[in-house]
Amino acid sequence: MDAAATASRSAGWFAQARTWWTMLRLSLEERLVYRGDFALGTFMRFLPIVTQIFLWAAIFAANGDRPIAGYSYPDFVAYYLLTMISRAFSSMPGLSTNIALEIRNGGVKRYLIQPIDMLGFLFLQRLAHKLVYYAVACVPFAIVFFLCRGFFPGWPSLEVLAAYLLSLVLAFVLGFFLEATLGMIGFWFLEVSSLFFVYMLFNFFCSGHMFPIDMLPGVWKTLVSSTPLPYLAYFPAAVFLGKIQGAELVNGLIIELAWVIFFMVLSRVVFTQGVRRYSAFGG
Amino acid sequence: MAIIEIHGLAKSYRVYQKKEGLLASLSGLWRREYREVHAVRGIDLAVEQGEFVAFLGPNGAGKTTTLKLLSGVIHPTAGTAQVMGFVPWKRENAYRRRFALVMGQKNQLWWDLPAQESFRLHQQIYRIDPASFARTRDELVDLLDVRRLLAQPVRELSLGERMKMELIAALLHSPEVLFLDEPTIGLDVVAQHNIQRFLRHYQQLRQITILLTSHYMKDVVALCRRVVIIAHGEVVYDGSLAGITDRFSDHKIVSLQFSGDSLPPNLANYGEVLEANPPKARLRVSRAVVPVILSRLLAEQTIEDVSVEDQPLEEVIAAMFLTIKGQNQPPADAAAALSASR
Repeated sequence: MDAAATASRSAGWFAQARTWWTMLRLSLEERLVYRGDFALGTFMRFLPIVTQIFLWAAIFAANGDRPIAGYSYPDFVAYYLLTMISRAFSSMPGLSTNIALEIRNGGVKRYLIQPIDMLGFLFLQRLAHKLVYYAVACVPFAIVFFLCRGFFPGWPSLEVLAAYLLSLVLAFVLGFFLEATLGMIGFWFLEVSSLFFVYMLFNFFCSGHMFPIDMLPGVWKTLVSSTPLPYLAYFPAAVFLGKIQGAELVNGLIIELAWVIFFMVLSRVVFTQGVRRYSAFGG
Repeated sequence: MAIIEIHGLAKSYRVYQKKEGLLASLSGLWRREYREVHAVRGIDLAVEQGEFVAFLGPNGAGKTTTLKLLSGVIHPTAGTAQVMGFVPWKRENAYRRRFALVMGQKNQLWWDLPAQESFRLHQQIYRIDPASFARTRDELVDLLDVRRLLAQPVRELSLGERMKMELIAALLHSPEVLFLDEPTIGLDVVAQHNIQRFLRHYQQLRQITILLTSHYMKDVVALCRRVVIIAHGEVVYDGSLAGITDRFSDHKIVSLQFSGDSLPPNLANYGEVLEANPPKARLRVSRAVVPVILSRLLAEQTIEDVSVEDQPLEEVIAAMFLTIKGQNQPPADAAAALSASR
């Protein structure tokens, strides 16, 4: 009896894994349809960084090339290039908007009718998008980093590199569940684009995308650091640059993981509540 | 026991009442008036396994809301429903694997990929074993004659072809109960006919239970023996298609062909002249007096050909919808319910 139950459970897991694999494969195929848009999108990502590098070059020139808040000019360039990598993991273009849109136009019904979990499905779809993106983007990224190698202090140690990779993977998961939760606010409000805009603005400043978080004065730094946003860009970059080390690094990773779990649970709760509301009011 | 059992099923929505104009929009920012809309108000229905039932009714009558309740997308305000022993709005996976809902205007296929890829995903989602998946797919593909389109991205298919693919996707897991919401909406006559022929054949073959809503009477005539007419969220008729005419139409159409090139001048004495096209004419004659009128016609006129038909079903139903609208309930109520439910 127990053996049979175990066998059927493992068969269930196997079937689940196959479902996920099919979803992942389909998302990959779908992603590869629009080659042109894709290639262009990959290259355009580098443009904002170029303007930021020029901006800071001008600031440093005016400042007599003295370090600003502990960052020299090469530090800044290295930091910006690294936040690009962070964001390649953590940013989820269109995720919340699409969830809100599907709630609004009724597309979300299919997750209520078919035996398929919305969050799991979207996660795999996003994973596929990212995998395809890395496969294509790794070449231009490698070229840029090679050309800019002079700005970096050198390769970090293996442990730091491992922590860095872990922080990137967690940044991906955190980014997904955070933005998915945000998108599901659409269950309560029909129009959410302004809300998303405000979030993007906060994200831009508080994630460290605009400037390193540790440049902020005391209380602001504490405030921003107590949000999950720095883990989306600043934290991985700072880990790579060796600005966060030892116990502080371990703590940082634990807090990042805690945020991941928090948003995984929150997204599930919001989904359940949202669907309850949806079936009561709309549908 | 019936495969679908509905008792006192009701669904009300609260809709925001916005008055006209900018000022009203501004006051709507802090104080909003809501109105209760009763989309479905107490439906009782039992459907046996293997039945093909049509839901008819004016726009916003509650047909789609009923289908949404039965597929578990929405919760009822009151009442109970069981489909194959499941309570739909509990949304158990075991239930989800045994029914399908096809909405004419909604797309469940992957837009940029060939349909066969979406089918593959459905195989996984519904846990269809490979052998029966291949068998069902081939059967459906041949019945609908779409084999050559399988490898084409869905976005490049015509509306009719896409609908066929939607149906295949919905039927791959061999659902025992199928809900069809306007499956032929927007299709041309040929495509409509193809879908009808397929549905009729498939339903007879598999003896599945189908609930259909449609605005095309042709769909209903071709497919369903039993018709449930819903208006203002209530069942106003439940019975055979022929019974609708018996119950709601008190007229017959008499078509005449007179000898010679002209029509008798006193034609209107026999009935309401619908069409005068010498030497032919069509008259609307009250059911009760048809025999009398016919014998008078034959006695008093020289007639070459005569036929008596029921009033066309479309007209009967249109007239019935009109009378329903004329009753106490304002029709806007139901229309608002529909828009709220989207």
